[in-house]
Formats: sequence, structure tokens, C-alpha cells
Amino acid sequence: MTRVLTASRALSSRLGTTGLVYLALAGVLLVSAVFVAARGASLLTAANTVDLFTRSSLLGFLAIGMTLVILCRSLDLSVGYVAALSTVVAGLTMAGDPSRILLGVGATLGLAALIGLANGLVITRLRVNPFIATLGTGLVIKGYLDTQFQGPAGSIPAAFQTFGLSRIGVFPVSTLVMLVLAVLAVLYLRRTRTGFHMYAVGGDSEVARLSGVRPELPVITAHVLCSVMAGVAGLLLASRFGTGNTLVYNNGYELEAIAAVVLGGTYLLGGRGGVAGTVAGVFILATLDTVFNTLGIDPFVKDVLRGTIVIAAVALYARSQISRTAVRVRFPSGGAPPPAAGPPDPPPSPEPLAQGGKR
Amino acid sequence: MTSPVPTPSRPPERVPATGAGPSRPDPVLSLLRSGTGTVTVLLVLIFAVIATQNPSFFEGPPLMAFAKKVAPLVILAIGQYLVIVSGEFDLSVGSLVGAQVVIAARLIDGEEAMTFPVIGVMLLFGLLVGLVNGLVTTLLRVPSIITTLGTMLILFGAVRHWTGGAPTGALSEGFRVFGRHGLEGVPVLGQIPWALVIATVITAGAVLLMRSPYGRTLMATGDNDTAAAFSGVRVWRVRTLAFVGSSLAATVAAILIGGFAGVTAQVGEGLEFTAITAVVLGGVVLGGGRGTVVAAVLGALTVEALFTLFNQLYLPSTIQPTAQGLIIIAAVAYASRRGDLRLPERLRRRPDHPTEQPLDSPRR
Repeated sequence: MTRVLTASRALSSRLGTTGLVYLALAGVLLVSAVFVAARGASLLTAANTVDLFTRSSLLGFLAIGMTLVILCRSLDLSVGYVAALSTVVAGLTMAGDPSRILLGVGATLGLAALIGLANGLVITRLRVNPFIATLGTGLVIKGYLDTQFQGPAGSIPAAFQTFGLSRIGVFPVSTLVMLVLAVLAVLYLRRTRTGFHMYAVGGDSEVARLSGVRPELPVITAHVLCSVMAGVAGLLLASRFGTGNTLVYNNGYELEAIAAVVLGGTYLLGGRGGVAGTVAGVFILATLDTVFNTLGIDPFVKDVLRGTIVIAAVALYARSQISRTAVRVRFPSGGAPPPAAGPPDPPPSPEPLAQGGKR
Repeated sequence: MTSPVPTPSRPPERVPATGAGPSRPDPVLSLLRSGTGTVTVLLVLIFAVIATQNPSFFEGPPLMAFAKKVAPLVILAIGQYLVIVSGEFDLSVGSLVGAQVVIAARLIDGEEAMTFPVIGVMLLFGLLVGLVNGLVTTLLRVPSIITTLGTMLILFGAVRHWTGGAPTGALSEGFRVFGRHGLEGVPVLGQIPWALVIATVITAGAVLLMRSPYGRTLMATGDNDTAAAFSGVRVWRVRTLAFVGSSLAATVAAILIGGFAGVTAQVGEGLEFTAITAVVLGGVVLGGGRGTVVAAVLGALTVEALFTLFNQLYLPSTIQPTAQGLIIIAAVAYASRRGDLRLPERLRRRPDHPTEQPLDSPRR
């Protein structure tokens, strides 16, 4: 046991968290393939691969946005509701007319961005705890949806349904879009000023402020982007259903997205991690779902297994993080080291040490 | 962090916020400024509106009916308070309430004699869930939001798998007494529900608990667990006990809810967020270390009073979440409003309601 731990620690220090997550993904795939093979089926058939990718796209959109927010030491519990609202807005705006697709996409993403802006402003200006602020926004949207819509609303033109239903080879179009957005998010975090500032503010907002970063801007930006990603997820859902469906908020997407982010090695208290790890986290969850499906496991047992696996995985990461926080690596995975030029980034503060003691 | 013993001096300062403290310069003013004051004003306001809509609301029986309905939420809020004040979350309580009700129905299956043994089993189960939540969070260092989210999924799935999807069995009359009946024939009130008695006892117990050495330690841990650890607190034990408290509270709430409303698959859905709303509405700060039991209880009363008001105004019940969302944001925004805007950020924090410690990192 101890040997395994030391080995895993040595490995984690060489690979970084993201490497570790991809290793975990490979491990999960391998174990699943063996498991499925033992039951006389095959995991990596074309149908299963398509299934796996299809599952990953929706959660991927939500989790990429959630990563940005969590990096800023914030949280967004409203994404499920924003996605539900987006399906309705898309359905009603497009109204089955192919010429209104652009309008529908614009309206959906615009509204989502406004909700994100509201979240960000409430959190930064009114200084409401992000948990409460976004829970509140979510409840507001839920109340609106429940009151206004009793069933499916609007309709999506067939041309737009290709977004959710068509694929190139084994890759569904939506998954490709998700991966492109993931790459953009990685570049955004590594190459832009606001991206760096997200790490800075998430690491320690006060230190960031004293170093000349306006802590509001990255947080607001992250929330806007997160909501827009939720809007994209809503568009995907709408194009799959062919109509606006308000009840998708019942699926607990926000919590699943948080689980994927944390599985991906992003520190829940901000400042460490990245989108690359999140994508791996999403694929781990999608693989599990596909395996459960292939094995025909009772849907209720699925919940039990999923809960157990998420807790176990995060416990393992926490274990390997204890040693890493002790050596004060500031940007262990998702982020590049602070930029040479440009605005001053916060110096590595001794604060991570204190945080390490917290959890 | 420089002063290793901030613990003993802190909690006494907060006690006056419950309105029971000894001499302070201006207790009324400090009460009004604290979170407790805010929620009290809000509660009185809502009750006033209810009274204008329905003057008979305060005539005894309707008030007792309200008490019966609000009792489970009060108990849940107290449990959630213990966890939140220690700096953590418990998202599993809603699922736990649902699980306990289903377990009770399945095990009792209508047999009177099984009532009390099954209540014992439920308490043990609650204890177990709390221990798992607490130990995984503290010893395995999994963030509590993930731990309790995991337990929520596990409980949800396990109980439904066990019963094959829909709840089976039935509760006994003896079990339902706690949620439905009460002391009959009381002069003005008509009936004092057992639920009210239980909630009052638990509230009093929690107030005493927070004044005991354990309560002070819990508060200190939530305020700054590093400092608490340096001054000799076994942080893992204190927090684990808080989780156990929350799960036991959820169990008691499940007994009341099961008795009051009966068994459905949806019992307990979303209760965790309602409980958190109640606690936060009472001015208890997420992240730990601040807030009182009484404030959490008042928060629960306010939330339920608000729902009652909506019913009386004949608003569609679907609009309730919208109002709940707006009010929770407004309440927290009001509680964390800034002081004098001309001062630099660091000096703006009002001494009676500090939002963060200079040395401590801002928390969620």
C-alpha cells in the first residue's frame, strides 16, 4: 500500500495532475475493456465508441465552462437551468424555420451571456457568495420555466438538428465542436491576459488585487463564458430533441459538471488546474456510462457506482496533492508559468501551504 | 495565524446576536446590524403581510398547522447550520430524508410493533451516513461538496435499487404520530403538534451545544481551521461530528416528514437547497465561523412563511423558486453590503460583521 502510494506520488510529480488524469482515463478504459470482454462483449466497437463520444459532448460543454469558473474560485450551479432555458429559447426563436437558425443561435447565446453577466456582477459587485448567487439565478430561471412552459416548446429545423445527430466517421459533430472549444479554452487560459488573471484571482484574490489585477474582470468573464457554454449545451440538447424541453434541468447537470472538473484535477478552491484535465474527466465519466450501458447495469446502481467512483477519485487526487502543495508548485498543470512580459502576476504566495492543511 | 489562540475570545462576542447575551453597549443596535436582525425584520414583515391577507392566521390552530409544516425544515436547517458553521456543506440531506422515509416504509410495512425498532435503525443509518460524510471529507480530504454530492447519488440510487424503483410498504400509525398529531385540548391553541415540541427541544439543544466547549471549537474551526489546529483542536473530529449532527437531524426531519406527508418517491427532493437557503437567509456565512443557531431557525421560519404567503396570494406554486432565488440573493447581498465606500477595501469591513480575515484567504 505504502509502496503504491510512494510510486504514485513520484509519478504524479513527474506527470503533473493533467498527466495523472489522462493516465487514470487510460486505466479506466483498460479496466472497462477487460470487464466488458469478460462478459463476452466488446467495449471498443464502433457503436460503443460513438455512444461514448456522444455522451461526452454535452457534459464537455458544461464542464469546460465550469472549469473557468472554478479556476476563479467561483462556482456555477445555474448551468443546468441555463441549458434548459436555452433549449426553449432556441426552439421558440427558430420555430422550425431554417432561415432563422443564426438568429436562434444568437438569441440563445446572447441570453446565456446576459445571465452569466448577471451572475458575475452579483458575485463581484454585490459580493454574494457564488454558491448562493448562482443557486439563486438557477431557481429564478426554474420558476420562470415551470410557470411559463408546461411541456415541449418551439421546434428546431432539421438543418440545425445535424449539430446533435450527424457525425463524421465515429466522431459526432457535437464532440468535435466540444473538442475545438476545449482547445480554444486551453489557449485562452495560457495565452491571454484575462486567462492568466483567472489563475491569479483564483489563487488569491487579495494578492492579485495588490499586484494590480482587477479581480472583478476575470470572474465576470469566466461567468459569462460559463453561461455561454451552458447555452451551447442547451443548443445541443435542443437539436437532439428537435424541440425546446424545459425539464432537462432535472438531470443534475451542474453537479455532474463539477464532478467532471474535479475529476479532471482542477482544484475546487481555485487557482490550479485546467481545461485539458477537465476533458479527460469528462471522458472518464462518459466511459463509465458507456460501460454501465454495455453491461446492462440497473440505472439505480449506476448512480451508486458513479457517486463512489467520483469520491474515490477525488480522494486519490487529494492524496497526491498533499505532497505537491508542500513544494508550492503554483501552476502544476493547466497553466503556463507566469508571463515574462505583461502585467505582474501574483508571486507564489505561502498561502497554498495553509490551504493544503485545510482539506 | 500569528496569534495561535484566537479561539476563546471570539465566540462570546457573537453570542449577543442571539439576543441573550449580557450587557453590551447597545444590544438593540448590534442585533439589528447582525444577520439575525435582518432575518427577524424580514420574518416580521412577511408575517405582517400574511396577517393582512388572512387575519385568522394567528388564531391558534392555523398557527399550529404552520408550526407542524415548518418543523422539519427547522430541524434540517439546524443540522445544515452545524456543517456550514464548520466551513463545509452537506448536500446529501435531501437524499437522506428521502432514503429514510423509504426505508421506514419498507421495514415497518404497516406493523405497529416495528415502529420503534425501525426508528432505531433509521438513527443508526443516519449516524453511519454522517460518519461516512465526515470521515471522507476530513481524513480523505475530499471537498465536502463532492463528498456529499457523492453520498446524495449513492443514497438516491441505492434506495431505489433496493425497492425496485418505487417505494413499497407502509408506515404505521405509531410512526405517523410524530408528524401528524400532538398534545390535544390545549386552551387557545387547540393542539400543540409533537413536531413543534421536537423542533423546540432540538433548537434549545443546539443553542446549548453551540455554547458548550464543542460548539466554540466548531465555530473556531469554521473560522480558521489552521489556527484551530494550532491551538490543539482535532479538526477532523469536530467536523465529522458536525456531519453526524446534520445526518441525525435529517433523520429526525424524515420521521416528521414521513408522518406528515406520507411516502412518495419524491420525498426530500431539493430539501438540501431549501435548508441551505434558510441557513444563509439567517445570515450564517458560507465558509464557516459566523452565525447563530437562532438565526438559522429564523431563516427556516422565514422561508416557510414565504411559501405560506404565496399560497395565500394564490400565486402558482411554480413561481416559488423564482422568489426563493431572488430573496436569497438579496438577503446575502444585503448582509455583505459594503461599509463606507470612501475608505479603502480593507478598512471598509465593519468590525461587527467582518467578512474576511486579513491573514485568512477569502473563502467560499
